[in-house]
Amino acid sequence: MPTSIMPESALPGPEGPPSRRSRMTPRSVLVWTAVSLVGAIGWAVLGLSRGEEISAVWLLMAALGSYAIAYRFYARFIARRVLQVDDTRATPAERLEDGVDYHPTDRRVLFGHHFAAIAGAGPLVGPVLAAQMGYLPGTIWIIAGVIFGGAVQDMIVLFLSMRRNGKSLGQMARDEIGRVGGAAALIGVFAIMIILLAVLAMIVVNALAESAWGTFSVSMTIPIALFMGFYLRYLRPGQVVETSLIGVALLLLAILGGGWIQDSSLAEYFVWSPETLVFCLVGYGFIASVLPVWMLLAPRDYLSTFMKVGTIALMAVGVVIAAPNLKAESVTDFASTGAGPVFAGSLFPFLFITIACGALSGFHALVSSGTTPKLIQKESQVRMIGYGSMLTESFVAVMALIAACVLEPGLFYAMNSPAALLGPTVDSAAEAVKNLGFTITPDQLAAAAKAVEEETLVGRSGGAPTLAVGMSEIFAGVFGGAGMKAFWYHFAIMFEALFILTTVDAGTRVGRFMLQDMLGNVWKPIGRVTWKPGIWITSAVVVGAWGYFLYAGVTDPLGGIRQLFPLFGIANQLLAAVALAVTTTLLVKHGKQRWAWVTGIPLVWDVAVTFTAGWQKIFSDNPAIGFFALRDKYAQAIEDGQLLPGAKTMDDMHKIVLNNTVDGVIMAVFLVLVLTVLVNCAVVCVRAVRATEPLPTTEAPYVESRIDLPEQGKSESLVGAGS
Amino acid sequence: MSVVRRVLGTVLWYARELTGEAEYDRYCQRHRRHHPHAPVPTRREYQVLRTHQREAHPQGRCC
Repeated sequence: MPTSIMPESALPGPEGPPSRRSRMTPRSVLVWTAVSLVGAIGWAVLGLSRGEEISAVWLLMAALGSYAIAYRFYARFIARRVLQVDDTRATPAERLEDGVDYHPTDRRVLFGHHFAAIAGAGPLVGPVLAAQMGYLPGTIWIIAGVIFGGAVQDMIVLFLSMRRNGKSLGQMARDEIGRVGGAAALIGVFAIMIILLAVLAMIVVNALAESAWGTFSVSMTIPIALFMGFYLRYLRPGQVVETSLIGVALLLLAILGGGWIQDSSLAEYFVWSPETLVFCLVGYGFIASVLPVWMLLAPRDYLSTFMKVGTIALMAVGVVIAAPNLKAESVTDFASTGAGPVFAGSLFPFLFITIACGALSGFHALVSSGTTPKLIQKESQVRMIGYGSMLTESFVAVMALIAACVLEPGLFYAMNSPAALLGPTVDSAAEAVKNLGFTITPDQLAAAAKAVEEETLVGRSGGAPTLAVGMSEIFAGVFGGAGMKAFWYHFAIMFEALFILTTVDAGTRVGRFMLQDMLGNVWKPIGRVTWKPGIWITSAVVVGAWGYFLYAGVTDPLGGIRQLFPLFGIANQLLAAVALAVTTTLLVKHGKQRWAWVTGIPLVWDVAVTFTAGWQKIFSDNPAIGFFALRDKYAQAIEDGQLLPGAKTMDDMHKIVLNNTVDGVIMAVFLVLVLTVLVNCAVVCVRAVRATEPLPTTEAPYVESRIDLPEQGKSESLVGAGS
Repeated sequence: MSVVRRVLGTVLWYARELTGEAEYDRYCQRHRRHHPHAPVPTRREYQVLRTHQREAHPQGRCC
């Protein structure tokens, strides 16, 4: 319970800031008591209801109450006592101001920037898949995870990078921990990025396959973005808001147009198989990442930001007004048996890797040590920007969980189970769902698909279609009624695909820069960022790498999401382990051992989760979980000349063997890389504790700030002594 | 009426800041301060500069 931190934060530290201790006024005591009550009532209803349907409003109350308390007390405690933020100290944005990379930015604007950079499809997908275990475990993890893990990581990485003029996580690891740990961190980040891009792209493929409406409207985003790019560069240079509004209008037209295409004779041109979509995406990824940014990436980024903010606001309003009931059970049997059809394995550790973004996401450490630290105006703002943005993302994850849980469980499993289990028709799917212990009739399945004007909803795994059906359910209840369901469904699909395409494009570029940087050490010309062939070669390598996993996943007879999503979740959380290890080491190096638990506890938890999950994925002898166990099972069957369920041909059998071998090896490599970083960090920590004098760090020296921000309010000002 | 206008003004301000449209104004101010005699780049020229900058510093988007 988040309230347990209250005594901690009220505890006066012996070496705390020498200035005044804020005393709470009676009014604020009253307000915060009320907030705690709201949260407590929400949790009580969630925890105590068994068997009956409850309203999503209770979930929202639990979430928002907890966030408010965490932000007010825990985040403030971290800022004041642990980090000792000092508003008299000039930030790099002030000291190094150049009007381009570094410039002090209004905190509300920077909050928006940072949020747009961290939030994408991840928090929308993980919670949907995790609904397999019921709404309660997912909710607890999303909320507790963000308060004690994710938001803490984001905020502290942001702070440490800011104190180092905006150094990246990799650079910090190299400079402060050592060459070996630094190199392992760099390679790890690159490899993890490849898996991330492949999984995200696979979500798009699964959402668009065989859907003329979806494919048409999502492909229209390309000409729309190109038009915006040219408009912005030649017709109305720099008029970004105007261009974005035109873009959003065109986007909505494209969604409506998709409905028209679906019913016309043109539909057949937009019904693509998953394999075709893979090749389109790979080709698109390559072209988009070598084109100048103004043509495609920048305009799509604007669109995606507007859509993101708009849709999330709409979703919050929708959930509050519609106040839908949660149809899912609070805790399903799959939580303990580990035999769920969506992802295999028991609650610990697999729930905690399925929901990464929204609770604890290592990728955020890369964003928090990227552009944001170079733009912060005042040190105390790391709380709002680092901690606050992550709380907001967590809220998005909670809404995604709600959207998945308002669906009939039967429909949920009919959509998310592997195709091999469900079979090709609504009848076989209904039968399969019945065997899982849920009910849905073939007619209901057909009607659900018809309501959103899709051919079928059976086996539409990946999370995006499920979220879209849930959102259409909620939205249609508030705006437009049942007749609008199909529009809202495709609106949601479009919105997710848009994020993902932007991430794929930007991620390929970031990956290419990393690769150029790494290879540049070996062969100089490839490292030059202006040498075109170098750009093409490295882009092709990056696209080829994620393209391989995408293709392997999409053609996997046992369902790529089931195979790759755990790999992605573990990878993302391993990156968080790297970030938390680096931050803990830095806290120790700065002589703050007594506060090292702030990042140390989430680190220990995260290492326990990821290494248990990784270990099981490699060594489990249950073929549903272990990559190598499954590999052996199929390899044995190939020797015996048998076909096992899921495989239709011998080719399929070989595919399964190959994919599981590759995935298992990758898993092992990830674990070894992260272990290297952890060991290196531990060595540095021990050295720092034993040293009589503080070890050298790369923190930039104190310079007095000349920016005065009166409007932030007195109670919020965090005055340090100026160390 | 004035409330509506104020809210709309704030929204527009936020949108311009968030998308970076307002960066040009700041850039011009800075340019005049640091190079008072050099001509200020036009919007078009600035737009080119800005995209060059983005080209060289790709920013990752998270999942």
